[in-house]
Amino acid sequence: MMQFAALIPFFPLAGFIILGLLNKKLPKSAAGILACTTLLISFIISLAVFMSISGQSQEIQLAPWIDMGGFSASFTFLLDPLSSIFLMIITGVGFLIHVYSVGYMHDDEKHNIFFAYLNLFVFFMLVLVMASSYLLMFVGWEGVGLCSYLLIGFWFKNKSYNDAAKKAFIMNRIGDLGFLLGIILLFITFGSSDYHTIFPKAQGLMSGNTMITAITLLLFVGAMGKSAQIPLYTWLPDAMAGPTPVSALIHAATMVTAGIYMVARSGILYALSPVSMYVVALIGVVTAVFAATIALTQNDIKKVLAYSTVSQLGYMFLGLGVGAFSASVFHVMTHAFFKALLFLGAGSVIHGLSGEQDIRNMGGLRKKLPITFITFLLATLAISGIPPFSGFFSKDEILIHAFASNKLFWALGMIGSMMTAFYMFRLLFLVFFGTYRGDDKIHAHESPAVMTIPLIILAILSTIGGFVGVPESLGGTSQINKFLDPVFQSATKILPAEGASSISEMTLMSITIAVVLGSILLAWYFYISRKKVPLAEEAKLSPIHNLLYRKYYVDEIYNALITKPLDKISDFLDSIVESKFIDGIVNATGKVTEGVSGLMKFVQTGNVDFYLLAMVISVACIIFFKLM
Amino acid sequence: MTTHLTTIPLDWYILLSSILFSTGVMGVLFRRNAIIIFMSIELMLNAVNLLLVAFSAYHNDAAGQVFVFFTMAVAAAEIAVGLAILIVVYRNTKSTDIDVLNRLKG
Repeated sequence: MMQFAALIPFFPLAGFIILGLLNKKLPKSAAGILACTTLLISFIISLAVFMSISGQSQEIQLAPWIDMGGFSASFTFLLDPLSSIFLMIITGVGFLIHVYSVGYMHDDEKHNIFFAYLNLFVFFMLVLVMASSYLLMFVGWEGVGLCSYLLIGFWFKNKSYNDAAKKAFIMNRIGDLGFLLGIILLFITFGSSDYHTIFPKAQGLMSGNTMITAITLLLFVGAMGKSAQIPLYTWLPDAMAGPTPVSALIHAATMVTAGIYMVARSGILYALSPVSMYVVALIGVVTAVFAATIALTQNDIKKVLAYSTVSQLGYMFLGLGVGAFSASVFHVMTHAFFKALLFLGAGSVIHGLSGEQDIRNMGGLRKKLPITFITFLLATLAISGIPPFSGFFSKDEILIHAFASNKLFWALGMIGSMMTAFYMFRLLFLVFFGTYRGDDKIHAHESPAVMTIPLIILAILSTIGGFVGVPESLGGTSQINKFLDPVFQSATKILPAEGASSISEMTLMSITIAVVLGSILLAWYFYISRKKVPLAEEAKLSPIHNLLYRKYYVDEIYNALITKPLDKISDFLDSIVESKFIDGIVNATGKVTEGVSGLMKFVQTGNVDFYLLAMVISVACIIFFKLM
Repeated sequence: MTTHLTTIPLDWYILLSSILFSTGVMGVLFRRNAIIIFMSIELMLNAVNLLLVAFSAYHNDAAGQVFVFFTMAVAAAEIAVGLAILIVVYRNTKSTDIDVLNRLKG
């Protein structure tokens, strides 16, 4: 099966080319089927690869690429347990979201272009995870950024959507610069950007090597941008301007986990740098808590989920930072299931309410949208970490490792998961329970089967997906750890062994579950018993509530600190330097030429006699002076 | 042939060429009729040709004479173009006087 593995990314690429070239000539139904089929084929091959990989890694060389001087790079794909898990997530969840999009985007006039973009995105995402060198990974990395931009600004006639797209692109550029510098440093240090050259060489280095620290921190800047961590996270909530399937696919399940993938892939480098590990864990846990607090007060159904995504990504970085690489990848997987489901569920609600996104105008939808409700409930249970749903196993494993590494990280992570449970159940209660508060003219209706079937499949995965990683303490075998072990063993060998914990894993789990249940009860008390509804937009909020509702004014602070000064400088350069100085020089050159020509034109009398005389005298003069 | 040529001293050739050349220059400067000016230019050209042939003979170097053939060929081409222009000028102005052609000025 391995010989077909190299084809995995090229089916979506073919889909993109066909859809992009034919565009409107293709009927909508054919475009949808084509886009879904390409993903399905890729998924089947990925599944076969996943089944047959069993620990070894294999490189497939496709074509030479750059070869000059001491530098060479080629289009080579790497298949190992880590990339095969990501292949499964991308093609599997991607396929379900494609199917869902057939229903969701059915009435959009740019339907076919939408699928072309989605296919292109999947192609680049697959290149990103299958790359066998940082350089090729960077190609995919930039490509998914481009598709993210195109899809956030898909409805580009709306200016604020366009602004959101630009914001995402520019913020990602900042991160990309860090990533690129990291790659250059890697090349300087190891003389290559191929994994199979770098990682064995790195193993021989001392822990705490300054160069490695610099490289890993720069790479992490890239991850910060792509995976929306503090301070580069503000683009992700705004990215919700895109169509909801895009939010599910790109801004929840796949692209934003590229940062996690990259750090996990570079696990050996991070393991060599305790400083970088600490920074990754710290940024991760702070983001997890910070974003969760904002999510507590948001009233837009997609914004809540967006901040929740930022928060969950923070957990994954916490896991990476404390050395729990496979737990993080596990969380990427379960998160892909339940967060894609939550977004698609939210999309189904929005679809059913003809575009309404404000949870203050929803309520009581569980009877009208029964399938959406059930699936959304399962996803909420999964993200909150209620056993035996998938989120419980992955998040708990991260928290247990965090506890072993740093008690403060664990405590913060605990607070974060408490808030996660609260805001998710707040969302669930406000949307599906109580009475309908919206416009009576809108008749809420359940989505068509093409949208609900992906919901159901994702709900099943969210429910049982955690069983691949049941920890030993609960009588499981933690298969995912064993599966990923060949990739991470060299990294974990370097890390200091975790000290035997004074508190057993069971106790930690019980604490988590108790805390989570407590906050669910609190949400129940507020939003079901007392039937509280978030205040209207103009209502006066308490200072802390207001601070959270306004997202800590981070956008405003960035605006004042970075955007405004940059605008001022640009204005200055435009109005003074450009129009006075540079234009002045250019215009002066023109004026001088014009003046001199004005004088010289009197020589050209139009009189042939004069010309002849001038010529003869001139020649005579030249000869005369020459002979002298 | 060469001996025959060299029986006349070189100075005479130089003198004759100079006179012919100066006559040509004077013709160009003082005549108004474009055809006469053309003929004067030809005179200057042939003065130089004569000089080239003379030097070629005295130096026993055929290059000068080859050069003259080129000059004559180019001059013929030049005359063809020049006369064509003159015919067009004449059709437009009914005159070959160069003073009429004074409209191209800055």
